[in-house]
Amino acid sequence: MLALLALVPALPLAGFAILFASAGSLPRRWIAAIGIGSVGISTILAFIVSAAFLAAPRPYREVVWRWIAVAGFNPDIGFYLDALSLVMMLVVSFVSFLIHLYSAEFMAEDEGYSRYFAYMNLFVASMLVLVLADNLLLLYLGWEGVGLCSYLLIGFWYRDPANGLAARKAFVVTRTGDTAMTIGLLVLFTHLGTLQIQPLMQRAAASWPAGSGLAIAAAGLLLGGALGKSAQLPLQTWLPDAMAGPTPVSALIHAATMVTAGVYLIARTHVLFELAPPVQAAVAVIGALTLLLASFSALNQTDLKRILAYSTISQIGYMFLALGVGAWTAAIFHLMTHAFFKALLFLAAGVVIQRLHEEHDILLMGGLWRRLPLAFWSFLIGSAALAALPFIDAGFYSKDLILWDAWNSGPYGPWFWAAGIVGAFVTAIYIFRAVFVVFFGPVKAEPAGHIGYQVAIPLMVLSALALGGGFVELPGYLGDVPAFSGLLSAALPVPPALRAATAAPSLEGVLVGIGAVVPVLGAAVAFVTVLHRPVFVTRLVEASAGVALQRFWAAGWGFDWFYDRTLTRPFVWLARLNRADIVDAFYTGIAWLSEAGYRLLSRSQTGQVRWYAAGIAFGSATLVILAVFA
Amino acid sequence: MSVVPMQYGLLLAAVLFALGTLGVLMRRNIIFMLMSIEIMLNAAGLAFIAAGSRWGQADGQIMFILILALAAAEVSVGLALILQLYRRLATLDADVASRMRG
Repeated sequence: MLALLALVPALPLAGFAILFASAGSLPRRWIAAIGIGSVGISTILAFIVSAAFLAAPRPYREVVWRWIAVAGFNPDIGFYLDALSLVMMLVVSFVSFLIHLYSAEFMAEDEGYSRYFAYMNLFVASMLVLVLADNLLLLYLGWEGVGLCSYLLIGFWYRDPANGLAARKAFVVTRTGDTAMTIGLLVLFTHLGTLQIQPLMQRAAASWPAGSGLAIAAAGLLLGGALGKSAQLPLQTWLPDAMAGPTPVSALIHAATMVTAGVYLIARTHVLFELAPPVQAAVAVIGALTLLLASFSALNQTDLKRILAYSTISQIGYMFLALGVGAWTAAIFHLMTHAFFKALLFLAAGVVIQRLHEEHDILLMGGLWRRLPLAFWSFLIGSAALAALPFIDAGFYSKDLILWDAWNSGPYGPWFWAAGIVGAFVTAIYIFRAVFVVFFGPVKAEPAGHIGYQVAIPLMVLSALALGGGFVELPGYLGDVPAFSGLLSAALPVPPALRAATAAPSLEGVLVGIGAVVPVLGAAVAFVTVLHRPVFVTRLVEASAGVALQRFWAAGWGFDWFYDRTLTRPFVWLARLNRADIVDAFYTGIAWLSEAGYRLLSRSQTGQVRWYAAGIAFGSATLVILAVFA
Repeated sequence: MSVVPMQYGLLLAAVLFALGTLGVLMRRNIIFMLMSIEIMLNAAGLAFIAAGSRWGQADGQIMFILILALAAAEVSVGLALILQLYRRLATLDADVASRMRG
């Protein structure tokens, strides 16, 4: 049964090939059947493979064929299944399947139906290759495939130039990180002689002492790639603009594919990061900073999708924080629950936006909870999970685990924990602000249309997962079910620092209590400021400092402005300066010189025989005079 | 028997040659240009004769025969070209035949 593993990424790829080759000539029913069916069967196979793996949990490697064989460089098209890639494979395929199902109805009116499903299938195939790859080169192939598909899908409605701009921005910004990652791969290969992940990690641990320069360089370069893909500081600017694509695409990018790739990469190569403590510390600091920055930015957005985009950056920040403190399991756990509730939030937001005729501005929405009950309940459940409201949802358990591990991670642990708590507070405010503005208050726009079962089923399934997905890992005070961490313990061993640190039970109670109260407090703040007493906010916004701060946060802390001034504009200026290629001046100079010589000589060719005769006479006379008198 | 000094012969040859050259350069009628070339050739031949008689050598006369043969060949080719020119351009003006201007 494990041998079916290679089919899991192959089926969506085949779906892409069929849809791509047919070039939109198939009837819509078939397109949907191929697009959904390929991912659906792939999901079923993923479950079968998982069942076989769980029966005998040993890492399984399957080589399909040898990809390249050049002088000791022998990467295979090979897939590797252990607990980590198992979890990723299940999350990616299952969430993608639900999003595909949703898309079939959501995109039904779109003229690019076939193109859409072709790209989506390729996206899922690339991501599955990425998570299942047994060597870093194949992982990199999936990595770039994901980048390509994000470009194609963000710019899916290519007739609007703004969408094309957003797509190019996403591609260029992630490419910046990818370049660092490529160099990292070269460093790893030249020094350790292989790219196959498991032997590579063993050799790294054997030949590089902790904190050695090469380990730091390699881990730092891989981190660069992860920062780009996962939209972390300082490469986070592409993600809010990536909202230009269709809403299910945003769900796919944010939940199942693409942005989680960086988290997966670090977890996959965690041995390397453990060998480079400064880089690992940088991961934690970047994660903490990003989660704070993004959550404050999300407070001030009025575009529903941009709120969710900033919330994704913020939640990935939590995962990076967890990775940085060595809490691998907590990071992957949060990745999983985040996939469920973020997909849910996007799909619910998609329903709201589409039913209001592509209205993105939350200030023009209101009172929708009676009009769109399914979207309301889905969004509410997603928001509860995102805000980590205590005990009832999955987000609480994963975030709680991250905060607990962050506290235990060493001398700076309490600071990381504090950043996480502040982030959680702001998260609860901004997401419940959105909930209250969109679904409560006076009705400002009437929704049109209806929801079919293809949209309803994914919303309900994801709602159930966003609520119940956290029960696979319950902390000690709630029955102690370590199923998830037990599964991952072989692939992602708990670092000794975290295992040793056991804070007093009384302290754990206090921390959990704070972690549980803060989101409720945030939601209450949102309730008071949005519905109960909006006067607080108006007073704050009317103050000049409030306006400036609001504008600053809404613009994402001015990162776009900064990059525009320091990178884009100088580059455009240089390009304009060099429009007539400076190097070319030399060659055009040669051409100009020979042309001038030609003109001069051709002037002497008058075609008049008497001039030629005069030339000959004058020349011979000169020669004679020279011969006689000189 | 009085002998004409060589200098006179050579001077006459030089004058004739210069006249011929001027004729080639200044005449526009192509027949006159051809005739001027003949004058130049004959001037050269006269110079050979004068020099040959000065040293009592037959070489000068041999060279003159050679020049005569050359002139005959040149005239036949030249006249044929002139005929062609006249047929094509309906003129004898050498300046009109300037189609090879660069």
